[in-house]
Amino acid sequence: MDVQHQPNSADEPAIERVDVEAVNSAARRKPLYEARKKIFPKRAEGQFRRFKWIVMAVTLGIYYLTPWLRWDRGEFAPDQAVLIDLAHRRFYFFFIEIWPQEFFFVAGLLVMAGFGLFLLTSAVGRAWCGYTCPQTVWVDLFLVVERAIEGDRNARIKLEGAPWGFDKITKRVSKHAIWLLIAVLTGGAWIFYFADAPTLAWDFVTGNAAPVAYITVAILTATTYVFGGLMREQVCIYMCPWPRIQAAMLDEKSLVVTYNDWRGEPRTRHAKKAVAAGQSVGDCVDCNACVVVCPMGIDIRDGQQLECITCALCIDACDNVMDKIGKPRGLIAYSTLEEYQSNMALATNNGASAIDPTRVRKPDGSFSDKVRHFDWKVIFRPRTLMYMAVWLAVGVALFVALLSRDRLELNVLHDRNPQYVLESDGSIRNGYTIRILNMIPQPRDIQITLDWLPEATMKINGVSEAPGKSFTVSAEPDEATTLKVFVTLPGDKVAWASEEIRFIAEDTQSDERDEYVSVFNAPGASR
Amino acid sequence: MADKKHIDEISGVETTGHEWDGIRELNNPMPRWWVWTFYATIVWSIGYTIAYPAWPLLTDNTKGLLGYSSRAEVAEEIETAKLAQSGYLERIAELPLTEIVADRELVQFAVAGGAAAFRVNCSTCHGSGAAGGPGGYPNLNDDDWLWGGDLDSIYTTIAHGIRYTNDPDSRVSEMPAYADILQPEEIRQVAAYVVSLTGTPRDASMVEPGQQIFMDNCAACHGDDARGIRDLGAPNLADAIWLKAEGEAGIAAQIAQPKHGVMPGWVGRLGDPTIKQLAVFVHSLGGGE
Repeated sequence: MDVQHQPNSADEPAIERVDVEAVNSAARRKPLYEARKKIFPKRAEGQFRRFKWIVMAVTLGIYYLTPWLRWDRGEFAPDQAVLIDLAHRRFYFFFIEIWPQEFFFVAGLLVMAGFGLFLLTSAVGRAWCGYTCPQTVWVDLFLVVERAIEGDRNARIKLEGAPWGFDKITKRVSKHAIWLLIAVLTGGAWIFYFADAPTLAWDFVTGNAAPVAYITVAILTATTYVFGGLMREQVCIYMCPWPRIQAAMLDEKSLVVTYNDWRGEPRTRHAKKAVAAGQSVGDCVDCNACVVVCPMGIDIRDGQQLECITCALCIDACDNVMDKIGKPRGLIAYSTLEEYQSNMALATNNGASAIDPTRVRKPDGSFSDKVRHFDWKVIFRPRTLMYMAVWLAVGVALFVALLSRDRLELNVLHDRNPQYVLESDGSIRNGYTIRILNMIPQPRDIQITLDWLPEATMKINGVSEAPGKSFTVSAEPDEATTLKVFVTLPGDKVAWASEEIRFIAEDTQSDERDEYVSVFNAPGASR
Repeated sequence: MADKKHIDEISGVETTGHEWDGIRELNNPMPRWWVWTFYATIVWSIGYTIAYPAWPLLTDNTKGLLGYSSRAEVAEEIETAKLAQSGYLERIAELPLTEIVADRELVQFAVAGGAAAFRVNCSTCHGSGAAGGPGGYPNLNDDDWLWGGDLDSIYTTIAHGIRYTNDPDSRVSEMPAYADILQPEEIRQVAAYVVSLTGTPRDASMVEPGQQIFMDNCAACHGDDARGIRDLGAPNLADAIWLKAEGEAGIAAQIAQPKHGVMPGWVGRLGDPTIKQLAVFVHSLGGGE
């Protein structure tokens, strides 16, 4: 039903009129499919920018160079330090070699990565987003290329508006060409983690690599180029789930990039005039330096926003301005919500007045003693300590598991069809398939011993024709060796329809051992 | 209903003109990327029907420009698989059985191939686990062999069969029907003697004359100690394994009117390399000699 709003008529009782507008009223609504506004971030300089350069160099270096590190494991295993060998189901990480059944190590590392992210976020906010997220790093890299070819912000805006001509075409083509080259190298580096890097690199350029290699490189090239070059901040705003989750990770003691409006407001571009006119003046000179450097295109002075990745480039930009006008740094700074609110309460007299700079300043211009500053101790609070404890616990558990894990394993599978065989002399024979997992890249001599049924003897196909209790077999390096074993029990020694039997595998050199309890089946129950 | 334009009050967007329990649907445009993807699928589908077999005709269908055929693809894959096996099959065809079982890699291939061939051709009578079955289908897992359990004997049996009239090399042996030769009482005595050989005590008044009758009539084929003669395919009667029937009555029936199983010869149907793989597989079951 359509609700009809009847206009107030004279015969209705007087109704109070409220002056209110819906937040999403038609007049204020943006179109649902608004076109992307281009962002031309200016190059920032300062301590955080420097830190980002270092992080970029380290992370990119690790990513591109790791597959080329060599690690000698002898003749039976690959000599690549980090290798995910899907074909042979092995994962090599320096001195650690992981078999499929040990994949919990990888799961454990992922759990540690998750808790590490929680810990980092609750302590220092979205540091992952701002510094180490691949999206951030590659966008930064792509921006370096863009600046090198098209110039900084103003030159880029000018070029954007310029008509298509030789200069614009040359610049645009070379920019996209270098972007694509980076994208190809990025996709290319990924495949080296899955095969011997030098061999694959040669096969790749000579056209002899597997189709999956080319497909992987093509997909990663496309995503790197599109995400890093064309979509940039849109990936963070619309595609990434982390901005949604992070709200649960942050609290009032987490570090976030904050515009300290308690000292910045009221902002003015004409401070001297305003002071002369007796108006109060904040530190912000409204130069917009913080906005032009923002790769997300936002204004941090509007407060905390979903788009902010806390890359701190606005802090660098603002600090430079503060230095120039002789004001202390930190108008935009990493600070916690708690200290911000405390300072804000101070500046506004608990909200009783507008921001009054004199409440946070001494007459000489320095900050009042009541202004709160960041205290490193808040990083160690129950929440972060708990994350740290879980993170450490998983780490220690993995480490202990790594040190104590078996490198020799025995699996025994009792034949199901037939369960047992009657021999001509009346004895009962059972068949077993045994698998010796030799998890080191050296061949070993493994002694297989039959235990628990004293009268039983065994034969191993291809190893022994004569029956015995114990045989030494050679186990292939870094492989599962499968053997067919037959165990025979004289008919007059059969007591039960099913009895337990134990196989023991023992390395003759290192005394490493494993055992497996199986069953021995016979017809009928006790006779 | 749809004849009158209705503009939503709050958003200012036109609605579709339908109404359900007072709820109207805004007529917002589709996202542009969605629309273009939709058009792209139409273009794709047209191209697809031209490139690949698509439209059914009265007796046939359009073949498509690419000449794709799933049947041809399967044939190609089978061809590739055969090619991958050919190295092994050739070596198996060339080498004698004793050298095949000495080669670790070849043995694995032969056992796997033999197991597959066994499931298709042999499991009907011998069971999927080669444990045989009642009524005279031998268990191939045990160590009791009528015609020998070494690789070559197993090979010959599989290749040419037993009492298989279509193969001149087939092994043949027949036990006479003693119902025509001996008295029923004598048959019972022989049966009692044969059962006593396995260590089960029997009435001595039956066993003693039974032994005499056995020596006179049966020892020629089954041997003086009743342990059988493999050249004749005569079974060992002194062991724990009975092919046709267990117990005194069953043994007596077998003496009176023997049943003879027939196994076909397979070399003509499966070829020599497959028979070799089958022999290696059967030999590996645990009873091979």
